[in-house]
Amino acid sequence: MRPVYLDNNATTRVDPEVVSAMLPFFTEQFGNASSMHAFGASVGDALRDARKQVQALIGAEYDHEIIFTSGGTESDNSAILSALDTQAGRDEVITTVVEHPAILSLCEHLTKTRGTVVHKIGVDSMGRLDLEAYRKALGPKTAIVSIMWANNETGTLFPVDLLAEMAHEAGALFHTDAVQAVGKIAIDLKSTEIDMLSLSGHKLHAPKGIGALYVKKGVRFRPMLRGGHQERGRRAGTENVPGIIGLGKAAELALKHMGEEQTRVKEMRDRLEKGLLQQVGSCFVTGDPTNRLPNTANIAFEYIEGEAILMFLNKAGIAASSGSACTSGSLEPSHVMRAMNIPYTAAHGSIRFSFCRDNVEQDVDQVLENMPQIIAKLRELSPFWQGDGSAPAEFNPTFA
Amino acid sequence: MWDYTDKVKDYFFNPKNSGVLEGADGVGDVGAISCGDALRLMIKVDKDTQVITEAKFQTFGCGSAIASSSALTEMIIGKTIEEAMTITNQDIADFLGGLPPEKMHCSVMGFEALRAAVANYKGEEWEDDHEEGALICKCFGVDEGMIERAIRGNHLTSIEQVTHYTKAGGGCSTCAESIEEVLAKTNALMVEEGTLAASEAFDPSKVVRSSAKPGQPKVSPLAPAPKPVATAKLTTLQKIKLIEQAIEEIRPFLQADGGDCQLVDVEGDVVYVQLTGSCVGCQMASVTLNGVQERLVEKLGFPMRVVPVKTNH
Repeated sequence: MRPVYLDNNATTRVDPEVVSAMLPFFTEQFGNASSMHAFGASVGDALRDARKQVQALIGAEYDHEIIFTSGGTESDNSAILSALDTQAGRDEVITTVVEHPAILSLCEHLTKTRGTVVHKIGVDSMGRLDLEAYRKALGPKTAIVSIMWANNETGTLFPVDLLAEMAHEAGALFHTDAVQAVGKIAIDLKSTEIDMLSLSGHKLHAPKGIGALYVKKGVRFRPMLRGGHQERGRRAGTENVPGIIGLGKAAELALKHMGEEQTRVKEMRDRLEKGLLQQVGSCFVTGDPTNRLPNTANIAFEYIEGEAILMFLNKAGIAASSGSACTSGSLEPSHVMRAMNIPYTAAHGSIRFSFCRDNVEQDVDQVLENMPQIIAKLRELSPFWQGDGSAPAEFNPTFA
Repeated sequence: MWDYTDKVKDYFFNPKNSGVLEGADGVGDVGAISCGDALRLMIKVDKDTQVITEAKFQTFGCGSAIASSSALTEMIIGKTIEEAMTITNQDIADFLGGLPPEKMHCSVMGFEALRAAVANYKGEEWEDDHEEGALICKCFGVDEGMIERAIRGNHLTSIEQVTHYTKAGGGCSTCAESIEEVLAKTNALMVEEGTLAASEAFDPSKVVRSSAKPGQPKVSPLAPAPKPVATAKLTTLQKIKLIEQAIEEIRPFLQADGGDCQLVDVEGDVVYVQLTGSCVGCQMASVTLNGVQERLVEKLGFPMRVVPVKTNH
């Protein structure tokens, strides 16, 4: 049985072509790009090429708008901290309730340590942003808006073009955490007003530990890490050369396969979703089905719990993920499910399947073969399941 | 992935005694769907010998919740009620070859379900017998008695352990102080009784709180000098006015759901509010409180904590 990997929003397999591109930079072209000799010079050229490859993937106007970082989290942190330092007279942050912890934990920290006012904009039951609340939160105190391009759990896309324009009208900078969007949907930054964008290598078949922050030309930037003059003084530290080369190659491949995401990958996702909704009752798709990533399906199954589903899936050789409490070690369902007000009867049973170009139709078949019986088995065990999907059975907990 | 023992996996993938027990003599329900796990234990008891002849379970929950439930049924079948009641949550965990610390609450759920089922069999009245306020964790419906039993039964000495074993404090965590009180009180009693070494007992004075106290904010070495916090500039009256204003703005949303919120008192950076109407006892009350807190922080521009006060019936 072929293992079925459908957790590509968590991380992706490094493409073998990416590995081949990286290998010479460990043992042959191992020089430091800053060195004044041939070893360094050839590495410098390779870094330039990689920067251009990333530039092409996100449609940046200039290659020097790309700053290589250690990944999405560093990019997110750098963007917000820089804006708070450079936006004179402005000290508020606007973000959303469904952001990644790389944004939310930082904001919490800033509120606690500096008293930074953070406005978190809510979403509706389909995960769509409350534009009215956003409009109201924007003001002369707003230093930066940070809103994700695509949600990692549901794949729901936010209208970042429009949101960036609104931020600029209020004189604020606009940053987007596009870790889930880059490589999956076409992005052309030069035609937008987005000031900063974070991306992560391991979400697009490059290795872990490499990412980038795009900073539009003309936007003031203050580095988070200080030291050497690498990345034009905007990110100190000797370059992760093999990682950068890998990210460059992965960006080139992502661009090459972009059409496939919207066709073959999307069709597999849609077939899986349709099949599950047909074969398994009492479940529904979370997020905005008309406006989301082509690779992500998030389905909430009522009256059962996600970790239990994942354990059975794992036994059947299928890897997926869940927004349930138990899988993370926390005790409440994911903040994204709660923000969308997904009823508790289903929030604990949400399962995310995320595809990539490596997946094949057979993977969909395998899930469709296994899932109905897994769900049926767990529902049989559940005291809330009535057999026909009607309201949950009466349950009277006693405080003994 | 959790590091489950083979026995946990076996009892999860092939649970014994699952399903509905028709004509059960005692039924115990614990947990709730909103909490992420719930267990219904059903037992049949021989009236003459008081032996549990049959036991079945239905569980909504994760792998270890289902395995713990199934293990419990295996452990009590053939035992008298009296014998069964000596089973502790640790016995259930041991039976399964151990559980990850974060999952110990699954074994406690089994322990509590057995108590509930036996009480139901004996026809005892369990209906909300705890005194007002004894419900400590409102997110997960955990009362003082359950926390105390878990502390005693498992020699717990930290808040984190209490959360792992009972889930109490794992949601909005506004009950952290109440848990500390129960922990300190129970540990002190255990030391007196000689079941716990004084050096191991929970010491409330050593608790490190994550939220910064006014006047001495924690500062990361990476962070630039903190801006002066606005607190100093506001008089208590100004604060109260701003808070009232913020609550006014939220009120329509609460009222739409049949609830309401009143300001009770302000002490430094602690704001006491009372949730009324359908907010009382609502599983989402903690989420509501978080919303109120966020709105207040926005409005006043400095961190504060919103604390719910008891409702007077």
